[in-house]
Amino acid sequence: MGTGDYLALAAGAANTIAVSVLAIVIGAPLGLGLALIRWRQVRGIDPIIATTVSLLRATPAVTLVLLVYFALPTIGLELPRFVAAVATLTLGTMAYNCEIWRATLLSFPSDQLDAARAFGMPRGLRVRLIVLPQIARAALPALVNEMTLIIKVSPAVAVIGVVEATRVAVRIGAATYNPIPPFLVALAIYVGVVGTFVAAQRALERRHRHGTRA
Amino acid sequence: MIPRGIEVLWEQRDALLNGLLTTIAITAVGAVCAGLLGLILFALLISRQRLVALSLAWLIDLMRCVPFMLFCYMIYYGLPSFGIVISNMTAGIAALTLYNAAYIAELLRGSFSALPAEGVEAGHAFGFHGSRLLLRIILPPVLLASIPMLGNQMVQIIKDSAFLVIIAVQELTFVANEIQATYYVPFASFVCAMLLYWVLCLAVEAGVRAVLRVAEARR
Repeated sequence: MGTGDYLALAAGAANTIAVSVLAIVIGAPLGLGLALIRWRQVRGIDPIIATTVSLLRATPAVTLVLLVYFALPTIGLELPRFVAAVATLTLGTMAYNCEIWRATLLSFPSDQLDAARAFGMPRGLRVRLIVLPQIARAALPALVNEMTLIIKVSPAVAVIGVVEATRVAVRIGAATYNPIPPFLVALAIYVGVVGTFVAAQRALERRHRHGTRA
Repeated sequence: MIPRGIEVLWEQRDALLNGLLTTIAITAVGAVCAGLLGLILFALLISRQRLVALSLAWLIDLMRCVPFMLFCYMIYYGLPSFGIVISNMTAGIAALTLYNAAYIAELLRGSFSALPAEGVEAGHAFGFHGSRLLLRIILPPVLLASIPMLGNQMVQIIKDSAFLVIIAVQELTFVANEIQATYYVPFASFVCAMLLYWVLCLAVEAGVRAVLRVAEARR
């Protein structure tokens, strides 16, 4: 493996991180939104969201990315590879995030909300000031776990030609007839990225614990 | 557009069925092998051989950082470097087995550490040790507590199996992609594949609920 190969792997790693982080940044709030809508139990919308989430959670990322990239053009929506990749991972993580937020919302004690309503606090404020800060803390471990899962399914976007870390490693392996070194570098990249998320979660939890003690 | 797609899918129903059956077969074989290997790894994880347990825990942590697709490539392209040449189907099943065995061992260990230790201590007091302690005392409550998580892992194995399209295992996604490439009906073929995966996952969830009901009734 030459310097060029290491640079290609670094570029692949940058794409892996970009695709995953964009999906997380867009997908997590969308999932929270869906969970809040389901929390209000709007008649008619609720079963639609529940079905969509169930379907998306059962769909492999490879299948979904092929659908988004090859099928959307037939209805006139032609997405560049990178956008199709981000859209696919966003849909998947949105569905999982919705379930995570919903679980924490369901276990949220309602007496706090009753108290806030008794003081005349409007609904939007109740959600923003009372519910969100508390469920965010409760959901954090599951959310970070889901983020690491997104990084681990992100190689799926290679099937539509997005050049991310795994694809670069395979390419170098094929070109040099020695697949082991590039695979080990790719492995180190994923361990680094996933490890960073886990470390960040631990640090956030420590800060929260100090915060509540002070 | 859509009616033609459905027409094509109906003509290709044998191919689709074969793809679905291949997906079911590789996930079933992979799940059973991963389950058995996971049990063995779990036994080693909680064994008193500290060095074995520690190095295994380290390996499992490493495996949990690896994307399945990278692991798949490592098995398929990496093993020939060590003189081991296997077919793509064998490589696929081996990848599913090894990868998920690590996750299963870890989730069993999690259930085990959440259970009270008295059961094992009582087992020791009654002279249980080794495999009899594992099979009669440790495993029953651990497996019972792990049923929902094992179901989740089964869904994960079904979804992982789609990655095998990259090493040309002719499973559901592979077949859907071939049909889409030949007849240009991407929407119908991939939506059909999605719905079939959904049915498989819903069946697993129903199975988990049924097992939990039986377990609850027998308690």
